[in-house]
Amino acid sequence: MDLISKYLPYILAGISVGGQYALIAIGYTMVYGILRLINFAHGDIFMAAGLIMIYLAATMPLAIALPFVIIITVFIGFAVERVAYKPLRTAPRMSVMISAIGVSYLIQNLALYVTGGLAKTYPSIPWISDTIKIFGSTTKRVTVITPILTVVLIAALVLLIKTTKIGMAMRAVSKDFDTSQLMGIKINTVISVTFIIGTFLAAVGSLLYFSNYTAIVPTSGAMPGLKAFVAAVFGGIGSIPGAVIGAFIIGICENIIKSGGSSWTTFSDAFTFVLLIVILFVKPTGLFGEKATDKV
Amino acid sequence: MLKITDLKVNYGGIEAVKSISFEVQEKSIVTLIGANGAGKSTTLRAISGLVKQRSGKIEFLGDDITGKDAHFIVSKGITMVPEGRRIFPDMTVLENLKIGAYLRKDDLTEDIKWVFDLFPRLKERSWQLGGTLSGGEQQMLAVARALMSRPKLMMMDEPSLGLAPLVVRDIFAIIKEINKQGVTILLIEQNANMALHVADVGYVMETGRITMSGPGKELLASPTVKAAYLGS
Repeated sequence: MDLISKYLPYILAGISVGGQYALIAIGYTMVYGILRLINFAHGDIFMAAGLIMIYLAATMPLAIALPFVIIITVFIGFAVERVAYKPLRTAPRMSVMISAIGVSYLIQNLALYVTGGLAKTYPSIPWISDTIKIFGSTTKRVTVITPILTVVLIAALVLLIKTTKIGMAMRAVSKDFDTSQLMGIKINTVISVTFIIGTFLAAVGSLLYFSNYTAIVPTSGAMPGLKAFVAAVFGGIGSIPGAVIGAFIIGICENIIKSGGSSWTTFSDAFTFVLLIVILFVKPTGLFGEKATDKV
Repeated sequence: MLKITDLKVNYGGIEAVKSISFEVQEKSIVTLIGANGAGKSTTLRAISGLVKQRSGKIEFLGDDITGKDAHFIVSKGITMVPEGRRIFPDMTVLENLKIGAYLRKDDLTEDIKWVFDLFPRLKERSWQLGGTLSGGEQQMLAVARALMSRPKLMMMDEPSLGLAPLVVRDIFAIIKEINKQGVTILLIEQNANMALHVADVGYVMETGRITMSGPGKELLASPTVKAAYLGS
């Protein structure tokens, strides 16, 4: 009983953070799946969603601000692809990656410019930031909502990919650009849809993630972004279930380490990156990564 | 039906197609034969919109389709069976067929029945993943997938490549059958013997130019073709 009451809050927090990482990780993994590009700007778009929330919440009621945060963030994700990646469609992959790094710094510095470098207080969202009691331990409601929302969104996404026409097109484009075009698929539309879905999930993840924090700085997206990226690599980049499982594992492990007390908390971030190194040594394609298939 | 005038295409920095002109009549089978690197595939890729031509004109059913995007070309009724089949290995046979009809919004039941009648093997394997099929079956799937768009013109890039002789014979029989059902065929082949036997009109391509043309049977009998492509 003592054991449960001691570890349960950490496990709950781990599941919750894991869900938030999962929502970011899907953006990395989907974009990689289609463009073979690591979208370095993804974590910064995640941060931008947080800043947009701060500014919007200050000027309008929350019920209106929330959907607007998501819409604006999605638009940023869409625009980044159109402006920074689409013109490089036939360029070597390295060029696109450098463009992504450029966008990442651009967003961070724009944020620095807009905020003046000051930490901005994140508004508390009523209801989801409320404190609740679960199995005798107190936590915020967001802790419980996150995993549920994550699972629902992922189920919807998997259904979309498996059963709809656009989902079929996404699977086709991720395999073979030329042949997809011969089927009549508009590659650019499919890529845009991928970015829209990825940033939508990141925006939702941002709302959930930052509600646990009091303030945002322009680099606030870096750490969660990096961890979500590790989750995507751990699960096998390109694989959606892989990214989700990787994210939950990282979230839960991090928090179990934190349960060891303050001397251990220091190492919770290090754990994630040790995990990255280990997986790259042992199984570079990740848990569910595609096996490299040779052309027959 | 399809009219190519002075088409020039650069591909990977080289002039792969150097000003060619040819025509494909409705309901016919036309073949382009030639060695590797003659520019046959590049010609098809230019017609289907995958690569842009440097100059020249491509007309289809009287419309200028030069330089249009691939999805537009498909919507006009031109489909292509790519070299190396390029079926989607992680999709089932049925999904591969459905994606062939990507631009269509009407009911596909009739068409699926039609291609299953043409290729009974695919019906047996409709739930199998494309990647688990044999080479011949994959080629059949690639053809069936192309037919799902209800094409007026079907272009085929080396359908016999890497297949056993018996399977090649099956594929060519199917090509004739599809043609009889009203689909015009533009066929690219290194297997000149097979291609010229089924073709109404043949063109010989060498290093980016058309060097000979004529009815299939005539080319088969031509000493130059015999020497260069039929190995006798």
